[in-house]
Amino acid sequence: MSSPSPAPIIQLSPAEQEARRKRQRRNSIALGLVLGVVVLIFYVLTIVKMGPAVFTQTDI
Amino acid sequence: MAFVEHSVVSVTTGGARVEDYVALLKPRVMSLVVFTAVIGLLLAPGGIHPAIGLIAILCIAVGAGGSGALNMWYDAEIDAVMSRTANRPIPAGRATRGEALALGLICSGFSVGTLGLATNWVAAGLLAFTIFFYAVIYTMWLKRATPQNIVIGGAAGAFPPMIGWAAVTGDISLPSVVLFLIIFLWTPPHFWALALYKQGDYAAAGIPMLPNVAGEPATKRQIVLYSIVLVAVSFAPLAIHMSGWIYGVIAALTGASFLYLAVRLAIARDGLAMKKVARALFTYSLSYLFVIFLALMTDHVGQLLGWVAA
Repeated sequence: MSSPSPAPIIQLSPAEQEARRKRQRRNSIALGLVLGVVVLIFYVLTIVKMGPAVFTQTDI
Repeated sequence: MAFVEHSVVSVTTGGARVEDYVALLKPRVMSLVVFTAVIGLLLAPGGIHPAIGLIAILCIAVGAGGSGALNMWYDAEIDAVMSRTANRPIPAGRATRGEALALGLICSGFSVGTLGLATNWVAAGLLAFTIFFYAVIYTMWLKRATPQNIVIGGAAGAFPPMIGWAAVTGDISLPSVVLFLIIFLWTPPHFWALALYKQGDYAAAGIPMLPNVAGEPATKRQIVLYSIVLVAVSFAPLAIHMSGWIYGVIAALTGASFLYLAVRLAIARDGLAMKKVARALFTYSLSYLFVIFLALMTDHVGQLLGWVAA
């Protein structure tokens, strides 16, 4: 049984490395924003579902 | 050589950019889905908290986007041979099929779950069924199997106003079925007009669209028949006292134009002239749906303000 051939090592030129870094940075920012929106959605959802009574502290 | 190196880098590093992920969600289809869902949500009796309404619309949009990504994941080979779709992220080599599948599944799961938690499980169930219908029933089965593909598959595009309605009421009632029927009957003449002037594309991709299978004359007859039924059904909101004269006048005028174009297409003999009219009908049908739904909304606002009686 032959072992699988190793994945080829790809040499990127400095310009390609820079382009790749930029792309990954933009993707990370976009993903961060999406996660922020998801958190906001669930925060708003929770507050609305609990109703205005959540802000009334009667037991203090 | 440069192209090959670029392709290898894209494949090995998961090279899709933000714009490619957005394109995988079919933003143009999404905008029509959002529009019809908003109208369904606003026409529904009863109220919904504005924040919940906004979240519901976002979920419907993300769900539609997810089904679009699943469609592109499955249809990559077909998309590559059609001029209209060859520049989509996967056939153009800007995204991998795995990225599209992951995006589609995450968006679908998130949207259904969140819609259920935010509104009710009838709306969430309808959204889940819509995604399943588009990605599995239409994309994987009907599209390749029958020239009636878009007639039945059109149901997927017709569900959004029903989901918007169900998000408010938690049920499926007659007015929401009427909204569904308008889009459902609009889909065949809309896509067959496209298929008439893009016949070569569909034939090359091996998709059994009606013009390739049944021929041009039969397709034109079907377009006229569906247009007549569509225009007739577009008056249903009046019959069930859902809308008043504002909607009635707009439906009559836009419906007459729709029928006029359909008949002009049916009698066009010359190939080039026929393609021109087919293109005109395709473009017009998009504005028709937009105007009809906007008219339903305008009439509804008119009723709330006491300008019209239903």
